[in-house]
Amino acid sequence: MTEHNVRNFNINFGPQHPAAHGVLRLVLELDGEIVERVDPHIGLLHRGTEKLIETKTYLQAIPYFDRLDYVAPMNQEHAFALAVEKLLDIQIPIRGQLIRVLYSEIGRILSHLLNVTTQAMDVGALTPPLWGFEEREKLMVFYERASGSRMHAAYFRPGGVHQDLPPELVEDIGIWCDEFPAKLDDIDDLLTGNRIFKQRNVDIGVVKLEDAWAWGFSGVMVRGSGAAWDLRRSQPYECYSDLEFDIPIGKNGDCYDRYLIRMIEMRESVKIMKQCVNRLLGDARTGPFSSTDGKVVPPKRGEMKRSMEALIHHFKLYTEGYHVPAGEVYAAVEAPKGEFGVFLVADGTNKPYRCKIRAPGYAHLQAMDFICRGHQLADVSAVLGSIDIVFGEVDR
Amino acid sequence: MSEALNELSTYIREARASLVADAEIAYGELTLTATAENLLPLLTFLRDDVQCGFISFIDICGVDYPAREKRFDVVYHLLSPRQNQRIRIKVATAEDEPVPSACPVYPGADWFEREAWDMYGILFTGHPDLRRILTDYGFEGHPLRKDFPTTGFVEVRYDDNAKRVVYEPVELRQEFRSFDFLSPWEGTDYVLPGDEKAKA
Repeated sequence: MTEHNVRNFNINFGPQHPAAHGVLRLVLELDGEIVERVDPHIGLLHRGTEKLIETKTYLQAIPYFDRLDYVAPMNQEHAFALAVEKLLDIQIPIRGQLIRVLYSEIGRILSHLLNVTTQAMDVGALTPPLWGFEEREKLMVFYERASGSRMHAAYFRPGGVHQDLPPELVEDIGIWCDEFPAKLDDIDDLLTGNRIFKQRNVDIGVVKLEDAWAWGFSGVMVRGSGAAWDLRRSQPYECYSDLEFDIPIGKNGDCYDRYLIRMIEMRESVKIMKQCVNRLLGDARTGPFSSTDGKVVPPKRGEMKRSMEALIHHFKLYTEGYHVPAGEVYAAVEAPKGEFGVFLVADGTNKPYRCKIRAPGYAHLQAMDFICRGHQLADVSAVLGSIDIVFGEVDR
Repeated sequence: MSEALNELSTYIREARASLVADAEIAYGELTLTATAENLLPLLTFLRDDVQCGFISFIDICGVDYPAREKRFDVVYHLLSPRQNQRIRIKVATAEDEPVPSACPVYPGADWFEREAWDMYGILFTGHPDLRRILTDYGFEGHPLRKDFPTTGFVEVRYDDNAKRVVYEPVELRQEFRSFDFLSPWEGTDYVLPGDEKAKA
């Protein structure tokens, strides 16, 4: 073959490729098997969430957040609830905070379980997803028992949570926390030392820390590169500062480190959940689960039957909704995938003027070209698996 | 927290007085206002200065105020992991007034600027590849502008005869209803139906 016959290939990866984790279309420019350029085409799942939120009241906006990162729905609601609470200046009672933390950590495990196991599937292992999904199913039942819905919960409301948890549910979560580490050990045994898994992930997709910051990475992506940075510790919200847990940090910034961090974070989440369960059954067994400000939080059904004022509040809150004072706030939570932020511009009416959703996956996916350049074609799916993207939040 | 923020605010204003038009702290967050020509020097200063260290790029987004002469705000969010502080920078711009791209300072600004262009039609000069990002191939208009209807202008469906997806003008079975729940007792800027008779 003469020199001029050698040419680069352009191939389309997706939008319907099982390793694309949803509707991602990657246009790859290949030189043999080496990736020269990656051009992700996104927006195939764009639903105009931000525009829709501008036409809804603050309460009606919450369910849209479930549909962003649909793998860990409540963590998204949390960021929006925090932003609204910041503008309204309301405090959440401790029981409400503990329930929020408990369910945020359930969300984190939901997300990490899906990610770790499908990352393994992307590089060839079929068993972990089957084991992981069994546990996810149990967690989704906890979602259902709290909110009535397995995924799109709309459970975290500005002011607290929608309903109180029955003590049986909290006890069952406690039992699950005791059983789960053994299941995690199984997955750990299968993957962590696995030769094939290591060959596909170690030293693949290495990101240096300064690059990680400049590209807007957050969460596991910066921790994998060695930054001791977790919003739960560095800018604590809710009652995270009272809880005991550790932040795992990577050394090499490669796909394998990110996998290890996710595995350890799941164990830490179980630790947090256990503490929440103990407090919810102990000192915070009774008490309000959401703010008692009747102008923001709807009254209980029983009160409505007796109190005229509660009835008026209920009617006003579910038609007009509450007015949020004019201002601009940015609230962020440590979602499983990184920093999930909501930039909320309120104009004093009952609808948000602008609600920008800052999704961690968006910043991570745009760096695909930067990370994958010079890697093999097969590494693209390993990198894609380790940066943990869900198209609900990338496309919004 | 707020003391440190005050210090940071005065420090930035003293160090780069010419670049910052205004600094304000509200809800425990620092907002700087800058002009388009001062933006890149300001971002570079915030990133490289030891006392700022805003090395982490968080977000760029547009906000639309159609009533203003410069109708858009471009809002930058940065994070300083070392100081554990966040900062917001606002630049006002008009439809035909480009803003310098932040890509040379923060490579991560790329897609966020493409999104602002796609959603609002804000132009960024010096951006390597200012294409649409979230909307459909061949989309027209900028959907997050306040004068763009929520229902949009076109809809798509699969045409069995043509054997392909066709684009058609949007046809609503029912008028899009924007419910107005604002309390009429708190003073509305419109006349309630029927009230115009009272005046006559």
